Amino acid sequence: MNEEQLKQIKADKVVDARGTACPGPLLAAKKAIGLIEQGQIMEILSSDEGTKRDVPKWAKKKGYEYLGTIEENGYFRIFLRK
Amino acid sequence: MDKDVEQKIQDLQNQINELKGQVADVEEATKDQLSIAIVSGDMDRILAAMVLSIAAASMDTQVKLFFSFWSLSALRDKSKRVKSKDFLSKMFGFMLPRGMDKLKLSKMNMAGMGPKMIKFLMKKQNVLSLDEMFRQAAELGIEIIVCEMSMGLMGIRKEELIDYPNLSLAGAGTFIAEAAESRIQLFI
Repeated sequence: MNEEQLKQIKADKVVDARGTACPGPLLAAKKAIGLIEQGQIMEILSSDEGTKRDVPKWAKKKGYEYLGTIEENGYFRIFLRK
Repeated sequence: MDKDVEQKIQDLQNQINELKGQVADVEEATKDQLSIAIVSGDMDRILAAMVLSIAAASMDTQVKLFFSFWSLSALRDKSKRVKSKDFLSKMFGFMLPRGMDKLKLSKMNMAGMGPKMIKFLMKKQNVLSLDEMFRQAAELGIEIIVCEMSMGLMGIRKEELIDYPNLSLAGAGTFIAEAAESRIQLFI
């Protein structure tokens, strides 16, 4: 998805892991993914640059669909569909 | 002619079935598991082991940690004291760090200044403390297996280890067997 499409997304669950360092955001994402249904969208907020590479790998392993990342001022918005 | 082709197709079919069986065997031989043998008792190395373990468990990889030798210091509960140890065990107990909060750095320890500085930086940058990492590890179902022989050598008793839900004692053979089945094996 391109950035315009990503910006339109209204996530079913937003996980705010800003401020936590590796592996905090991944841990937060793992804990939250159980709270949404298959097909729903989760948005992870992280200020840790590594997360934007970690999440797609995690998604691939688990069979979730990685939708893309928007870079905001000082943090990242990472989207995936369960 | 037709029979010849039929025979060839049959041969190919047999070969495919044979390969399918072999692939299944290979897949069954290893599990989505991370096994780490942790020998070091340095704070930075234990930290590395715990970060990798939590990342793996977050990705639903099963994690088994084998603690031996110097790493046992990290598992000591500072509030637990054990009596009736022999002289050498007492000496070792006195000299080894009492718990994960007292571990040294492998570099730049500077008589204890290094660990203090690292802990300050970790807090400032919101890196989980070792203590918190063990709590998360417990919650994620990460298994801790403690080398029985090392405990004997270091004079560390089970009664003075931290309260951890999934902790057991075993020998080197258990690590080898688990490592053999794991897709990832590390030695720290």
